[in-house]
Amino acid sequence: MSISRQEVAKVASLARLALADDELDLMTSQLGSIVGFVSQLEELDTAAVEPLAHPLDAKNVFRDDVVKPSLSTAEALQSAPRQDGECFLVPAVLGDSGAA
Amino acid sequence: MASTPTTAEPYTTVIGLEVHVQLQTQTKLFCGCSTTFGSPPNTQVCPTCLGLPGSLPVMNRRAFDLAIRAALALNCKIASFTKWDRKNYFYPDLPKGYQISQFDLPFSSDGHLEVVDPKGAFSRRVGIIRVHLEEDAGKSMHDESAGLADTRIDLNRAGTPLCEIVSQPDLRSPQEARAWLNELKLLLVYLGVSDCNMQEGSLRVDANVNLHIPQPDGRIAKTPIVEIKNMNSFRSVERALTYEAARQWEEWQATKLELGTMPKQTRGWDDPAGITRPQRQKEESSDYRYFPEPDLVPVTVSEEQVAAVRAAMGEPPAVLRTTLEETWKISAYDSDVLVNQGRDLVAYFEELATLVGEGKVASNWMQQDVLRTLNERGGMIGEFPVRPAVVADIIGRIAKGDFDTSRGREIFAEVLSSGRSVEDVVASMGIAAVSDDDLITLCQELIAANPKIVADVQGGKEQAAAGLIGQAKKKNPNVNPGKVRQTCLDLIRQLKD
Amino acid sequence: MHLLERSAVDLVAAVKRGDVTAVQCSEAYLDRIEQLNPHVNAFLAIDRERALDRAADIDARRKAGKPLGLLAGLPVAVKDALCTADMPTTCASKMLAGYRPPYDADTVRRLREADAVIVGKTNMDEFAMGGSNENSAFGPVRNPWDLSRAPGGSSGGSAACVAADMAPVAIGSDTGGSIRQPAGLCGITGLKPTYGRVSRRGLIAFASSLDQIGPMARSAADCALMLEAIAGHDPGDSTSLADAVPAYVELLEKPLEGVRIGRVAEHYSEGLDPEVATGVEEAFAVLKAAGATIHDVKLPHAKYGVPTYYLVAPCEASSNLARYDGAHYGYRSSTKPTGEFESPLVEMYCRSRGEGFGPEVKRRIMLGTYALSSGYYDAYYAKALQVRRLIRQDYLDAFAQVDLIGGPVSATPAFKLGEKTDDPLAMYLVDLYTVATNLAGVAGISFPCGFTAGGLPVGFQLQAPALSEPLLLRAADRFQRLTDWHTRRPKAIG
Ligand SMILES: [Mg+2]
Ligand SMILES: [Zn+2]
Repeated sequence: MSISRQEVAKVASLARLALADDELDLMTSQLGSIVGFVSQLEELDTAAVEPLAHPLDAKNVFRDDVVKPSLSTAEALQSAPRQDGECFLVPAVLGDSGAA
Repeated sequence: MASTPTTAEPYTTVIGLEVHVQLQTQTKLFCGCSTTFGSPPNTQVCPTCLGLPGSLPVMNRRAFDLAIRAALALNCKIASFTKWDRKNYFYPDLPKGYQISQFDLPFSSDGHLEVVDPKGAFSRRVGIIRVHLEEDAGKSMHDESAGLADTRIDLNRAGTPLCEIVSQPDLRSPQEARAWLNELKLLLVYLGVSDCNMQEGSLRVDANVNLHIPQPDGRIAKTPIVEIKNMNSFRSVERALTYEAARQWEEWQATKLELGTMPKQTRGWDDPAGITRPQRQKEESSDYRYFPEPDLVPVTVSEEQVAAVRAAMGEPPAVLRTTLEETWKISAYDSDVLVNQGRDLVAYFEELATLVGEGKVASNWMQQDVLRTLNERGGMIGEFPVRPAVVADIIGRIAKGDFDTSRGREIFAEVLSSGRSVEDVVASMGIAAVSDDDLITLCQELIAANPKIVADVQGGKEQAAAGLIGQAKKKNPNVNPGKVRQTCLDLIRQLKD
Repeated sequence: MHLLERSAVDLVAAVKRGDVTAVQCSEAYLDRIEQLNPHVNAFLAIDRERALDRAADIDARRKAGKPLGLLAGLPVAVKDALCTADMPTTCASKMLAGYRPPYDADTVRRLREADAVIVGKTNMDEFAMGGSNENSAFGPVRNPWDLSRAPGGSSGGSAACVAADMAPVAIGSDTGGSIRQPAGLCGITGLKPTYGRVSRRGLIAFASSLDQIGPMARSAADCALMLEAIAGHDPGDSTSLADAVPAYVELLEKPLEGVRIGRVAEHYSEGLDPEVATGVEEAFAVLKAAGATIHDVKLPHAKYGVPTYYLVAPCEASSNLARYDGAHYGYRSSTKPTGEFESPLVEMYCRSRGEGFGPEVKRRIMLGTYALSSGYYDAYYAKALQVRRLIRQDYLDAFAQVDLIGGPVSATPAFKLGEKTDDPLAMYLVDLYTVATNLAGVAGISFPCGFTAGGLPVGFQLQAPALSEPLLLRAADRFQRLTDWHTRRPKAIG
């Protein structure tokens, strides 16, 4: 089981990780061996097994629709790398992601 | 009774809509921050909606109940088991780097909403593929004019509960799409699910459109589907779809490119320019890596819960229209006009009709007087100064023959502007019922003064009496035209023998 | 007896009686921290002033006859993965260097309400990803038993500070063994409670369906006291259990007669160090002497625990760590935009994350992103979730026959710093005996059961069904009443 350098680069861009060339080489070989290792799960026939995403059986946990105090704008922005006292500042983007 | 609109075009426009509506809750979907619109930036945020390290979500019960109400109103099946998933993508208005949404097990699916054109141009039952509950993102504000290098991020909106409603591609014209959206908005507002205010972004629409083009060999050619974004009014939805259909027809004639020959394209609507423009799509941006949200637990819904929500749910517009038509014997057109104005106006109408004891007259007054003036002066029907009892009073006096409808209208207008009672207004305008004796005297004078008319009437031309009515109103504006006419005809008949 | 040698239970009682003051306790430990931390590097932040103020306030309230909390005056070290509003919280990452949360983790809040004195934040593997504490952006923690060796991880700082008497008790977090494995390698007692027993609110997430906060101390009795203080329902954590919190300390008094302990054949794989194997066998003998009965049980899918864990955890982590993008808080790259990326924003994201995260964190983000990406989800993530169910079923079946499962915590004693750093896979295998506990959501405890000829602690692990902490703690406490391994301390450090 091996992954191509190109594939690793694509994953890095999906994960928003800038990797230097040497990092990319090392990552390619290491991911290859790790993926090879985890692939041993293929030995198991799990066709009839329901996935288990979470150890809890709990269901229906809700809160009431009651307003709680928010943070002050100063607290909200206190750790922002760039801010103007009202908003977080980031390099130019156009439009909202719109929560599509 | 689905009918395809008769179009001149040699193709059918096929449209599906994806609508996001903000739910009317006090707080966000996963935290206690207020959802009030228009507050100063970043004043309604907490560790959870800021996505701070270690913060966790807890589901807002009210949001889930409103979502079920919306789904039921759209005739959807409610899943007995539902869960949430993470939709992973990077964007500065999405502080966690993922949106908590629903992927493979939405809480509802398989519904429909019918839209009927009151003028009978079309009637369409539009399938609903799914309705799911998710969180909204924040706002990115970029002011090029100010030449700012940076984009400003306000997270007040981040985490606001959203219902995403995805329709089947069942709409067949831009007009239908707009009408359907109007019906959807009316429904959700009627049921208190959302205020559907597009200006404030509490209702947002994306449209998928392509053309089905019958070929000489009988085959149907389909153009590539295009998704249109940034439409900020139902009118622009209609305009954008109209433009896009035409554009695709042009492109088809030039390229003959069919569905499946290229990846789905996204275009943005440029309202001032009145055109759609291609939007750049990052190739891997569609890989959202959905997986079950481990910070939330699943939700189960019982038949009883569904029944309870359904019971608490008010009468949807479509039902209300038929109810009004049957109860008050008014036309589909009239019921449509009234219902589309919202619940409060319908309540006003029902009160008036009950007092008057008749639907058609009440409906006419609603449309010609109440609605007209309401639209002129603006405001809510609830605060409209002239209450149904007053209008009913005026209508009653007209029926009694105290004065005619046009006079009644003047009185209504005066009551509205002066705020005085009908009694006062009638008095001040010197509108007193004319006694029979005075009427007879007046008519005798007119007959004496108009031998020509009398002759015509005697010659069988009764309509000539209209001339007398005109003169009578000049002499005394309070006379009832009908009575004048009848009295004059009687007197002339008496002259004969 | 010297303050630094007294148990937490004993110290709290003494403070409540007034035999010692909270200030004396804190001072003794803070002095010890100042003396040893340069050698051990167990703490990333120490707040002497605030700690002594807190202690003085507790003493004042005692003098005023006011009731004191469950942990009155007890110095506590907290893993830097838990949010503290009055101290930096970095998860040992350059990404969060100097970050100050605007709120306290639920556990921190409970510690304060119980009148504990938080003396500092402990070092760890970056974002709790690692088994040696060498993945800290602020330098590795050294094992007090041999400063050339690793303390284990990821809660290595918490384990080392207790082993070196720099704190009587500490808080750790355990996603795949991060409390139990370092406790084992440092010769202390560490408890990984049932998933949901302790609120995760304010614990910086690594893998949300596996993460659990727990106590680390010199003895099971001290762990019982700590768990009593930090466990309980939190309406702010949807996955927190509503079950009432038992009186763990009182429940220690029940004898062990008739308790059935399982011995797992699969635990004796070829990788198991013979000295560790001997220690484990002797531990079974002690438990038997304490009245327990020993039975062979099977965990047929044990060998698949690590590969399953190394899919589930990185997948969740790749999403949990997406928020560290330089936009709203934390590290933002100052590298000048080169235009090599699709936009200045994307370049800021990629550079900030590329520069802010260490190699192991990047590896796991890459692995998780890959395993969730279209075309691979079913083969990797979905497959792992199916095996996760098989592993949980193994436990359900085993716990139908026995009350507890015993065995080694780690295959080897503490290894040399740098020994495994070039081989991620070798490092992943140190979790062999611990990951399944988290995958199944059950409870586990580890405590010392002997020493190697070279003087390194050997750890023993007990695992119990969900919410069986009382039995788990009782068994460990009974063991410690019959042995003195947990009282051994490393000789002069540094
Ligand atoms: Mg959506
Ligand atoms: Zn919030």
